[in-house]
Amino acid sequence: MLEYNDKIRAAAKRLLKEGVVDMVIGFKKGTMPMMNEPCLIKRPEDADTLVWDANCGINLANYIVGRKEKIGIVAKGCDSRNIVTHITENKIERDQLYIIGIPCRGMIDKTAVTNLCEGEITSVVCESDTVKVAGNDFEKKIPVSDVMQANCSVCIHRNPVIYDELAGEEVVEQTDVDRYADVEKIDSMSTEEKWNYFEDMFSACIRCYACKNACPLCYCPTCFVDEAKPQWVGKSQDKIDIRTFHFLRAYHCAGRCTDCGACERACPVGIKMKTLTKKMEKDCFDMYGWEAGLSLDQRPPLDTFKPDDPEAFIK
Amino acid sequence: MKVTKIEKHGFEKGLNKIRKDFTLFAPVDCGEYHEFKEIENGEKPDLEAVNTHLSPKSAIYPQSQPMFNYTLDENEPDHHIMKEVKPDLSPRAIFGIRPCDAKSFLIVRRNFDTEEYKDPYWIEPYEAATFVGMACSAPCSTCFCTTAGCGPFNEEGLDLLLIDAETCYYAKAITDKGEKLLESAGWLTWVDEPSIDKEIEDLKTAAENRIESKVSTDRLADIETNDLYNASIWEDVSFACINCGTCTYVCPTCWCFDIQDENCGSCGIRMRNWDSCMFPLFTKHGTGHNPRETKIHRVRQRFMHKLKYYVDKYDAGIQCVGCGRCIRSCPVNIDIRNICELMNNHKQEACAS
Ligand code: SF4
Ligand code: SF4
Ligand code: SF4
Ligand code: SF4
Repeated sequence: MLEYNDKIRAAAKRLLKEGVVDMVIGFKKGTMPMMNEPCLIKRPEDADTLVWDANCGINLANYIVGRKEKIGIVAKGCDSRNIVTHITENKIERDQLYIIGIPCRGMIDKTAVTNLCEGEITSVVCESDTVKVAGNDFEKKIPVSDVMQANCSVCIHRNPVIYDELAGEEVVEQTDVDRYADVEKIDSMSTEEKWNYFEDMFSACIRCYACKNACPLCYCPTCFVDEAKPQWVGKSQDKIDIRTFHFLRAYHCAGRCTDCGACERACPVGIKMKTLTKKMEKDCFDMYGWEAGLSLDQRPPLDTFKPDDPEAFIK
Repeated sequence: MKVTKIEKHGFEKGLNKIRKDFTLFAPVDCGEYHEFKEIENGEKPDLEAVNTHLSPKSAIYPQSQPMFNYTLDENEPDHHIMKEVKPDLSPRAIFGIRPCDAKSFLIVRRNFDTEEYKDPYWIEPYEAATFVGMACSAPCSTCFCTTAGCGPFNEEGLDLLLIDAETCYYAKAITDKGEKLLESAGWLTWVDEPSIDKEIEDLKTAAENRIESKVSTDRLADIETNDLYNASIWEDVSFACINCGTCTYVCPTCWCFDIQDENCGSCGIRMRNWDSCMFPLFTKHGTGHNPRETKIHRVRQRFMHKLKYYVDKYDAGIQCVGCGRCIRSCPVNIDIRNICELMNNHKQEACAS
């Protein structure tokens, strides 16, 4: 995906010079291997700091909520779907945005790469289907498919669904993927097994809220976890409060989550909390044939009514 | 120098002996990363772990800590009385702690132990603990301790320093507490040879030379506070930040907390929980006014506190030991080394800007 750099930079320069946008939101190279930093470019001469590679898993749609300026934004498939969701939810106007679409080939999971290597990693370069990793005393080539972010390996919307220009040729969408194998595995567990599974999953949570804050959907001015009057959920390390936070957040994302994976990527302790939103995503698909953020013309299933709603009580 | 030599094959036996007199806290490999935790039966410390994912601060200062409890149940003798919950003060050994983390407790102490206020919930467990350091011979690429007032063999805050000399460990006793722990472990092969002192000195120099990452802090104290506060850097610095509390929760030197009351039925507790200046509720006033309404305010608070207010208030360096945890854990790669550089290089801006 390195070849996108020139196109992104040229577009950013042009847009800023011509005054089409006031700023461009993209990524700049990070200070650590497998890390890039979201950045804001305001001057055409700074556009050369923009980069694109397989470490751009943070969802940039998170950075446009409530902004008043005209914004150029670099967006891969899932980011573009979250932009659509923002427009549908009146968080930003379509006219305010100039979308530089990125046909995406998936992001790499830095924890997976780290776990496959002994010793500290000093450089990681992702080429078409191999990841070249180097450390102080080792070098290694890993097939991209072994270390791809879990959501990317089952993604069927890699091309942006909305854009003003593309940074490259559209990629072929994956078709033979089993999108919900992980959810089905949990669905098939007994109640007790499920309980233990989630108890174990959330036991390491430190409630830093990186998951919720990395999520473009979590834009409420005051999140329910921060409400004091009434206080919906306690603030300690109490297990029930931790679970309450996770379950409620997942419900707030129902029918909106695009499975972009920013939440899991952000978690400092490797919790797979996306399992919960994925279940919501699957239910919305099974019940309403709905996938979030694919089109500006459809209302999300949870804020509309259709006569063929599967729930009997509503009729 | 008071040094004992510990053969590696006898090491585990000594550790088991210590456990009779001390509760042991040490780094443990839990699959994806290392955790610093209480060692339970059958668990093995992993002393090779360089920086545990979360700092060891929770061994003294847990994330959630009960301070008082009460009951309204009139069948209980002491109903309707707020009772102090004493923290666990049994002797504990904080074993295999890295020198930067040990030093961090001295920084945090400045907050909890002052002329005016003494916080028993922090001071008492701290004083009940023995800190057994593990010198770092292979620091990480993100370690910048040597320019953050610390170092891979730094002894401040330690009672004992272990040095891995390949075939054996040397244990350097720094305080009486350290010596007591050596006795308890039966590690009493005292060595008093200049050649060993030199060996340790050489290992130290080699380790220090391995640290490539650095920060400059020399100008921080002289820069005018308001000028730095109003500098134009903050919008850029904070842009990527998602205001999670990760950087402050993983940091050994962050000390902020929030007090909460929780009740259930007829009893309840008053507890304190870690807080973070990255959170929207941090220091929000009862009136609803929030002195740090936006993320620019919050990010600026974090860096100004660590690298300016602390520097000015205590004249004892920065509120950071250079462990690099915040750099590794920040989901959007906000790097304190870069920001420290920007702050340290800050020149007064023209009034017009
Ligand atoms: S990011 Fe991870 S540790 Fe932080 S609140 Fe979310 S699940 Fe918990
Ligand atoms: S500010 Fe960062 S580098 Fe410094 S002590 Fe805290 S976590 Fe470590
Ligand atoms: S940096 Fe923030 S959380 Fe850390 S001690 Fe300072 S004010 Fe508290
Ligand atoms: S860890 Fe990074 S994103 Fe999270 S609050 Fe700290 S600086 Fe911001």
